[in-house]
This record gives sequence, structure tokens and C-alpha cells, in this order.
Amino acid sequence: MSAIDAGALNARELRSADRRHRLFLFGSGLPALLLVLVTFVLPIGWLFWLSLFDADGQLTIQNYTRLLEPIYVLTFVQTFKIAVIVTVVCVLIGYPYAYFMTKGPHWLASLAMGVLLVSLWTSLLVRTYAWLIILQRRGMANDLLMALGITDVPLSLVHNLTGTVIGMVHIMLPFMILPLYAAMKSIDPIYNQAAAAFGASPARAFRDVFLPLSLPGLAAGATLVFVITLGFYVTPALLGGGKVQMISMRIESDVSMYANWGAASSLGVVLLIATLLMLFIVKKGAGFSRRSE
Amino acid sequence: MSRIQQNLSGMLRASWLYLLVVLTMLFLVLPTLVVIPMSLSDARYLSFPPKSLSLEPLFSYFASLEWRTATTVSLVTATLTMLLATTLGTAAAYSLHVSQSRLSGVLRGLMLAPMIVPTIFIAIGLFFVYARFDLNNTIPGLVLAHTLLALPYVVINVGAGLRSYDMTQEQAACILGASRLRAFFDVTLPQIRFSVIAAAMFAFAISLDEAVISLFISGGDSSTLTKRMFSSLRSEIDPLIAVVATLMTLLSILMLCISLMAQRKAKRRSL
Repeated sequence: MSAIDAGALNARELRSADRRHRLFLFGSGLPALLLVLVTFVLPIGWLFWLSLFDADGQLTIQNYTRLLEPIYVLTFVQTFKIAVIVTVVCVLIGYPYAYFMTKGPHWLASLAMGVLLVSLWTSLLVRTYAWLIILQRRGMANDLLMALGITDVPLSLVHNLTGTVIGMVHIMLPFMILPLYAAMKSIDPIYNQAAAAFGASPARAFRDVFLPLSLPGLAAGATLVFVITLGFYVTPALLGGGKVQMISMRIESDVSMYANWGAASSLGVVLLIATLLMLFIVKKGAGFSRRSE
Repeated sequence: MSRIQQNLSGMLRASWLYLLVVLTMLFLVLPTLVVIPMSLSDARYLSFPPKSLSLEPLFSYFASLEWRTATTVSLVTATLTMLLATTLGTAAAYSLHVSQSRLSGVLRGLMLAPMIVPTIFIAIGLFFVYARFDLNNTIPGLVLAHTLLALPYVVINVGAGLRSYDMTQEQAACILGASRLRAFFDVTLPQIRFSVIAAAMFAFAISLDEAVISLFISGGDSSTLTKRMFSSLRSEIDPLIAVVATLMTLLSILMLCISLMAQRKAKRRSL
């Protein structure tokens, strides 16, 4: 039934029903939209605006040109370095783990998933605190390393880059493994069987069939890990012990120590642009590889 | 011969995989396991395993007004955030699911954006804006901020629930004379309730665990547990932290269990 062959009265009735329907949909989305506008768009927009002014309220690009000073450049380099290391380690550990969750014996795969979820749901501050204890000079990790004869003197595993990377990898692993697992789960085993039927060795079938099919999941997980690590604050601030300086920490100190909103905002803007650029590149790359298939 | 060799190398590869996975599992679960015995240690400095067990830290936690207040603030904030985020998020997910307007893509992006924007950036922005509305150091301020962070997870979870739900049932209710609102509450909501429950658990856990925004916008009597923990971990470590950490861990495992049960039921329903 359409409004055209119904009577004029009916058509008006339908139009008003349609209007009510639209109104209802608009009304149900509105509160969430308002919240996002007030607590997200407004603050971020305001910071963008602030980043364009100096302390006296004069329009300037000085907040941005200042970021070329060595101290800021160093921070950027260190932030990207940490994000790259964490991403690479997460890929190396996460890929076999996700593979095992897909192909391993059922009960062990379930256990692997359970362990992953418990870790993901445990408070991030709690986990960071636990790493402080485990990695300290007279902690478990050093006890173990010394018992195994790997080292004679306790190593400094925390309050430095090592501790930061260990803690970050621990927090980021679920973000790597879950998308990867979803991608691997959706690969039909029939492809591997077909490869085997044509005489491919398991290694060859893995390399030429399974691996390429799992790459989109790998890209999604790696991007997520990289992007979240870029802007991470809590764990590097606690496990880095002041020796690790990331962009997020400089933003924090610019605001709470120097009340320099222009500097903090411009750093935040650059961090945000770097994040969006990263996501854009990966999305373009994924689109391209899909088209070329 | 080559077959045996192949099997052997396959087994070797598999045992490598097993070893790697078991080690990773230990790595993943170790921090969660370490926390609980730590809270029962009477040592003044932090060592693991504890030299002797005692309930002393537990008593001093309950005796400390500061930590008790922070616990109340965190629990109240998390509960209110859960209620607000679940309500707003479910309504928004419904709107995005049903609407065919071109705008809904933009709205969806906007609602998911807080997931990828660095939290520190949102934190200083909120701190700045809140200063103008006297919302710093207040529970409503915290609830609004945490709801923003929880919203994407609710929208995604409830959206997934809606996708596996047959919308024609709601249309049928409307044809039979129910109002749109009534149809939603009586027909749709009961069928997506497990996705909604799972989303609510997410929202609670996100609020309870949120540290970066709380660090800026909470203080004094409205300090959250995470803010107190962060400050304490930064200066000298208060042995009471172990008790708080245990409390938070037990609570989040409870949330995980509820959400898993809800998700399992939601999945069964959609089959």
C-alpha cells in the first residue's frame, strides 16, 4: 500500500504518522547527541581555538612553531618509538595467540579467551600497580631471572623504557588479539583444505592462504594498538618513572604545572591529527588492497 | 619417511605454539593474580610473595576516611554513569538502527569518536570547560564525562543486539495500536535486554576504571579511587592500595561474569 492510491485523508494520516516516526527517532537520539556536543565537541573545539592564541590573547602560530624545538621533537620521537615497539611486540605475541584461539583444542582455546578477558577487564591502574611490584628491584621478575642464572645482579626493569613497554604491551594485547581473532575465525577452513588437496604443505598453506586472509584483522589490531599507545598516559607516567616522556605527559605538565593552555592545546591538536592521519592511511590501504584483489 | 618427518616437524611447531601461548597466558594473568595476596600482606614495603599474612591492611582500609570516601565517590559515579550511559546509548543505538537518514552516519561517527581521540586531550578540554560551569570536583561532572567515554561501547553493543532482532515485530505492535514508545518498551526492549545488560556492565567498568579524566576534574572530597591510587603510586606507595586493588579486581571480575552470561544469552536468543 502506498500513499498515492490511498485517499487524500489517508495520505495526510500517513504523512503525520511518518512525521511522528521521524520525531520519535530524533527524540531518542537527541540526548546522547547533546551530551557528545557538550562534553566532547565543545571542549575539543575550544582547545583548537586556544591553540591559536598566545598568553596575551594575540592570534599567533607560535604554539605550533614551538613544537619544532628540540625538546618537543624529542618527545614526539620517543612517543612514536614506544608506539612502534609496543605494536611490533603485540603483533609478535598476539598473532600466535589468536591463531591458537582459532585452531587450538577447544578447552585450551576457551581458557586462552578467558584469561584474555580477565586481563582486559582488570582495572588498568591495578595492572600497572601490579607491574610496579613484579618488576621492582627485589620483585618476582628479578628473582626469577636470577634463579635462572640469566643475570647475577637485579636488573632495573621498571621506572624506565623497559617497564613502560612491558606494561603497555600487557594493556594493549587484548586490543591486538580480539580483532585478529575475529578475522581468523571468519576464515573458512575449506581454503586450507583446498590448498592441502592441491599438495601444499601446511607451512605453505599457512603462508599463501591463511596469512593473507588474516591480514585485515592484523592491520585493524595493529592500528588500534598504535593509535591508543600514541595517546596513552597512565601507564607510561607510572612505569616510566620520569625517564620516559610521551606527548600525553607533556600535555599534562603543560596544563597542571605551567597552566600553558596554548602549548597543551597545540600538542593535543597535533596528537589528534597524527591519530586521524594514521587511521586514514590504514583505511585507504585496506580499501586499496581490497580493490586490487 | 617424509610423512613422518612432516608430522614430527608439525608436532614440534605445535609444541612451540603451546609453549608460547602458555607463557603469554601467564603474562596476561600474572598482574591480576599478584594483587589479591598483596592485600593480605603485613609488610610495610611491597614484596611478593608476602612474608606473612594478616588482615591488618583490610582493617586500616576501613578505618581510613579518605579511602572510604573515594570508594563511595567511585561507586556512586560508576552506578550513575551506568544508568545514564545505558539509557542514552540504547536510545541512540535504536535511533541509529532504525533511521535511514543520511545524517545518521555522521551521528554514529560522532558518538564513536571518543574511543579514538586521546583521553588526555578530552580531559584537559573538559577541565577547561568545566571550570566555567563549576563542574570540576563534582559528581555530576564526573558522571557526564564518564558517560561520554562509555557511550560508544553501549551504542556498539546494543546496536549488535538490534541487528539480530527482527524489527517487524515492533511494526506489528504498532499496527495493532501500540504507540511507538509502548512498542519499544513492551516488545523490543525485552528481546534485546541481554545486550543492554552487557552494555551496562561495560559502562560500569569503564567508569570505575577511568583515571585520566578523573585526575583532572576530580579532587578533594570528590576524588575517585583511581585518582587517589594514581597520586599514591606516583609518590610513595600506600600499602592500602593493595586492598583497593583487590576490591576493584573482584568487582570487575563480577562485572565480567555478568556480562559474559548476558552475552551468551543474547547469542542464544539470536540463533
